[in-house]
Parts: sequence; C-alpha cells; structure tokens
Amino acid sequence: MRIKLLTAALAGASLFATNAQAQTEIQWWHSMTGALNDRVNDFANGFNASQKEYKVVPVFKGQYPDSMTAAIAAYRAGNPPHILQVFEVGTATMMAAGKAIKPVYQMMKEANEPFNPKAYHPAVAGYYTDPKGNMLSMPFNSSTPVFYVNKDAFKKAGLNPDEAPKTWKDFAVAAGKLKASGQSCVYTTGWPSWVHVENFSAWHNLPIGTKENGFGGFDTEFKINSPAHVKHIEMLAGFAKNGWFTYGGRRNEAEARFFSGECAMLTSSSAAQANIRKNAKFDFSVNFLPYHDDIKGAPQNSIIGGASLWVFSGKKPVEYKGITKFFTYLSSTENQTKWHQQTGYVPITNAAYDETKKSGFYEKNPGTDIANRQLANKPPTGNSKGLRFGNFVQGREVIEEEMEQVFSGKKDAKSAMDSAVKRANDILRKFEAANKGKA
Amino acid sequence: MEKRVVFRSAWLPYALIAPQIAITIVFFFLPAAQAIWFSFLVQDAFGISSEFVGLQNFRQLFDDEHYLLSFKTTAVFSVLVASIGIGVSLVLATAADRVIRGALAYKTLLIWPYAVAPAVAGVLWAFLFAPSVGIITFALKQFGIEWNWVLQEDQAMTLVVIASIWKQISYNFLFFLAGLQSVPRSLIEAAAIDGASPFRRFWTIVFPLLSPTTFFLLVVNIVYAFFDTFGVIDATTQGGPAGATQILVYKVYHDGVKSADLGGSSTQSVILMIIVIALTVAQFRFIERKVQY
Repeated sequence: MRIKLLTAALAGASLFATNAQAQTEIQWWHSMTGALNDRVNDFANGFNASQKEYKVVPVFKGQYPDSMTAAIAAYRAGNPPHILQVFEVGTATMMAAGKAIKPVYQMMKEANEPFNPKAYHPAVAGYYTDPKGNMLSMPFNSSTPVFYVNKDAFKKAGLNPDEAPKTWKDFAVAAGKLKASGQSCVYTTGWPSWVHVENFSAWHNLPIGTKENGFGGFDTEFKINSPAHVKHIEMLAGFAKNGWFTYGGRRNEAEARFFSGECAMLTSSSAAQANIRKNAKFDFSVNFLPYHDDIKGAPQNSIIGGASLWVFSGKKPVEYKGITKFFTYLSSTENQTKWHQQTGYVPITNAAYDETKKSGFYEKNPGTDIANRQLANKPPTGNSKGLRFGNFVQGREVIEEEMEQVFSGKKDAKSAMDSAVKRANDILRKFEAANKGKA
Repeated sequence: MEKRVVFRSAWLPYALIAPQIAITIVFFFLPAAQAIWFSFLVQDAFGISSEFVGLQNFRQLFDDEHYLLSFKTTAVFSVLVASIGIGVSLVLATAADRVIRGALAYKTLLIWPYAVAPAVAGVLWAFLFAPSVGIITFALKQFGIEWNWVLQEDQAMTLVVIASIWKQISYNFLFFLAGLQSVPRSLIEAAAIDGASPFRRFWTIVFPLLSPTTFFLLVVNIVYAFFDTFGVIDATTQGGPAGATQILVYKVYHDGVKSADLGGSSTQSVILMIIVIALTVAQFRFIERKVQY
C-alpha cells in the first residue's frame, strides 16, 4: 500500500513537474453501487477538476458492513482510508472509536474552513451530532421511509386513488378492498425494523430506548416492547394472517414486489423512488407513513437512514485540509441540489431544499418532497431525533428475527418483542463493556 | 521387506517441506492462535481498548440460547447435506456406470456443477426459488404452494440444502464412479450366476466394497457442510429467517465481520475448531474400524 502511494505520488510529481508540490491524494471508501456509484465518481471528478492541489480517489469497498469492516481492519493495520462512508447503524460504533476518528467539526476548525452546522438539515445533522452539539461526521446520503401506493390498483378496488390511507385504520379498510378486488399481494415492506420499530417509534413519539434512544450514553436499554409497539406488531401479524401483508425480507427486496405490480402498497426508503419510477408501469403516489390516531402526538417526525462520511485520525494536516475542501464542495448548494434531485436522497442542507423548491422541481415530480416534509413534520423530540445504539447491526437483526417469528405465526407479538428487548439489551451491555470509559 | 527412500542430506528434507510448513503456520496456526487469544478478550472494534476477561466470552455464549440453536441447525443441515448428497450421488454413479451409450456425455454433465463456485451456486438457486419472481416459485404456486423462504424457515432450509447438495454431487459422483469401476466384474458375474438379483448384488457385493469410498466421502461431506457451504448461505438466506439457516461457521463470520464482535466471534471459532477436531478423530477411530478396505 505504501509502495502504491509512493508510486502514485511519484507519478503525480512527474506529471505536474511544473508544480512545486505534488498532488495530495485522498482515499474515499464507499458502498454506493449502480447509478449511485456514478454520482460518487461525479463528485470526485468534479472536485478534482475544480482545483489542482488535491485528488479524491473514490474506491468501492463492498456493502456497508463490508466497507466498515475493511476500514477497521485497515485502521488496525495502521493504514486506514481518509474518508469512510458508514451507514447509520454503524454510527454508535464510529462515535465510540475515540482516537481512531477525526471529528468533522474539529477538522474544519483546525483547517480554518468556514463551517456552519446550522446550514444542515436538522433531522439529518442531529443524527451525527454529539450531546455537546458538535458534528462528528459529514452527512452524505440520507433517506427516510415513506409510503408508496399503486394508484391503478386502488382504482381497480374502487378506492379513491388520490387519497392514500392516512391512518392504520384507513389502511385496514383499503387493504380489505384491495384483497377483495383480487390483488395477490396487498402490502409489503422493506427494512422491517427500520420502518416498523425504529420509525414507528419516532413517528408516534415513543422511545426506542432509554437515554434519548442512546444519545445520552452507552447505558441505554431498549423500550420496544411497550404496549403500543406490541399492538402495532400484532396488527401486522393480523394483516399477514388476512393475506393483507406479505413479508418481503430484511432489506429492500420488497421494492421489486411493488414496482412489478404484485403488491399494491409498500413502505420503504424514500431513496427507492428513482428505481420505482424507472420500473413501474402504473401510476403511483408517495405519501406520509400511516399512523395510529389513538396514540397521542402522532404523527411526530420520522428519522433518517443512509450513511455519513467519517474521517480517520492520524493523517497529515495537508490531507485534512484537502478533506475539508472536499466536504465544502460536497455541501455546496449546487451539488446538493443535483444529488437530491438525481438520487431521491434528502438534501443535507436547507439551502439545497429551498433551491429545489424554488425551481419547481417538486411540482413537476410529485412525491419527491415527502421525505423532507416528513422528517421536518414537527421539531424532533428526544424520541425522534434518531437513535444511537452500540452494535446495532446485531441489535437490528435480533429485532428482525423476532418479527419474522411473529409474521410466520411461530410467536405472539408480546413474547417476541420481550425477547427482542432482552436479546438486544444483552448486545448493548456487551458493547458497553467493550467501550468502558470511552463515553 | 519395506522399501524406503531416504534422504541422505540433513537439511534437504526440511528445506523441501519448509514452504508447506510456512504456509501452514502463517495461514493456519497464527490465525488460530490469535483466535484463541481473542476469545479471552473483550475489545472494541478498533482494538483501542481491550481487556482480559477469562472465560466470560464462553459463558456468555453458552447462555445464549440462539447459539445453542445454531448447533442444532448445523447438525440438521450437515446430516441432510451429507446423507442426501451421498445417496443421490450413489444412485447417479450406479446409473452412469451401467450406461453404455453416451456414458461420457452423462459423466461430463454430472461433473460440471463442481466447477461452479458455492456463491454462484447459491445465487443460481436463489434466482430459481426467488419469492415472487423465481421460476420454481411460479411453478409451485400453480400447485397451490406459497413459497416465501424469506419468512418460512423450513423453506429456507430446503433451499440451502438443495443448493449445497447440488454443488457437491459432482464430487461425490466422481469418487463413487471410480469406486464402482474398481469393483471386480468377476465377483458380480459369479453372484449373477448364483442367481442373485441386481439389487442383492448391489447390497452384498458392491456396497461393502465401496465402503472405503463412502466413508471418505462422509468425512469430506461433513466438513463441506460445516465450512464450505458458507458461500451458498451468504448468497441466499444470510442465516435467516429468524436464524433458521444460521450454521455455526456463518455465525462466526456474521458476528465477527458484520457485527465487529471480535471476542464473541473468536470464541465461536475456538469452539468450532474443537468440534471439527473431535469429529475427525471420532470418524477415524470409531467409524473407520467398521469399514472394510
């Protein structure tokens, strides 16, 4: 690796022989595939063309957990990348990494780069901010779950296609009619835990865990076996029994079932819009997530998923200078506007949202602003600004395993959620023990 | 008298095996030793803080009912893969052995799947059985079977077992075919003259003579089911739903690589090491005795 860098540096030096200084290379490890990978390369190429001192090199390192593992291994071997894209469930692990990471606010300050955390979308930036209000990583791709409805299927079932169910009660009525109209799959969901536990909690202003969902310290505990949670999972299990809900898997497999027309309703990431728009041969609408009107305060606001950019420690000041320049480039209104409109991810700055709104993009593309509006539905509370649980990769899987047992009829909702809390808490305690004294 | 080739040089034999020893040390003994060491530690993902905790990782593991469940899953999975895999291959090999016309074509076709990487085999079967879009799913639907292995545990297990067996059949087939061809024709002919039915001839002559091959394949298949099926599972169910296909080796990978729980993962790999050593010893000491060579 070192030899590679050296040769790269030498090659750079000979190419820019007129420059006294060689280009500083910045390694950026990411997990974006397909069209998103192209956008990432666009960012790097655009930045590299805009100046001569630094060169950002994006490297695809596999899925989120893989690239994170690769970077951690590289850190242990003493040679981590400069920038790493980490998914939201890895946030707590990165925050606990202490001296391994360079907090973004600190890097910006040291490089004297103008940086205003207030310019960033609060629901997004809050996720990556420590209790003292310092932004630790750079928001990059953020999305939130939304509710997709196949309008043609609604029409066929004799429902008003322009009125998506607002509450779960309305939802049940619509589901019954869809089923009766011969719809083979009425409803499915991507990311079951993210949508039906994590965002369900935030959307109804219920805690996912104690200590403000883990923001307040490692000694947090899950609270997802509350009567409201159990009732919601029970309702879904009932839907499954009625044939109104088809379980689609833990990731985004369900999205294909929606855009193929098999399922009439879908809850999944707002970032799925581009793909749905490309593939769906029917008219669809994007809506707020349904809520339970008997829970006080609902709907609150939803929380994000996606990833942010973390910077590793131990690099040279000139390299940090380059990273700050690159982050400023990424957050520019022009780039963010483009990113938001092309990908369906939420714009990370308020200016990019305003700009998109002004340009009339939302009128021309109905539904593209739903994610943003849902995230900003109400000012976030301690229950709805995000979550920060250690080893949540494992924690989320435990929750999903238990949910699967409810949907397949092996367990009742109450005992499954109790068991999820118990098992996930064990994982939290393990994380707490491994990160003792680092809170 | 025993004939032996002896090296006269004092250092040459050592020099000749040195590369092999070096590879074994670097890629096996060192990581294994590190796993044993890590199994006594609690450390964060970045290795910044680490603490010696004795046997705590082991205690935690055996208190975890899902880990114990993973043992059961592994046992069921291995027995299914090894027994069905060996059984089907034996039938195929016996059939191929009797074919007169186009034998080479049959044999070649049967050997092909072995050239397919486990992950690719997994993806192929996952496509065929994909809930909602798979061809076989579609066919099953015509028979009124709701196929959704992302939720139904038995179906997920069926899928990984089929994919794993398919991948291994060629290997078993090759060995059985070679074994069958070394069975002396005279014995079978003698039995035929005595009036033994083909079935009887198979059970009393061919099958016992094949027993060394069968035993060898049993060991290989169990090791295969324990370790090499990782790719199949990772490409299809990833251990789900609800841990129904989470065999031990997959859990080691999952906890260590995906969840950065190095202590727990190392502890599991130490236990796995012990199991494999015990299995191998047991197979050679107790089962091998019953095998006729």
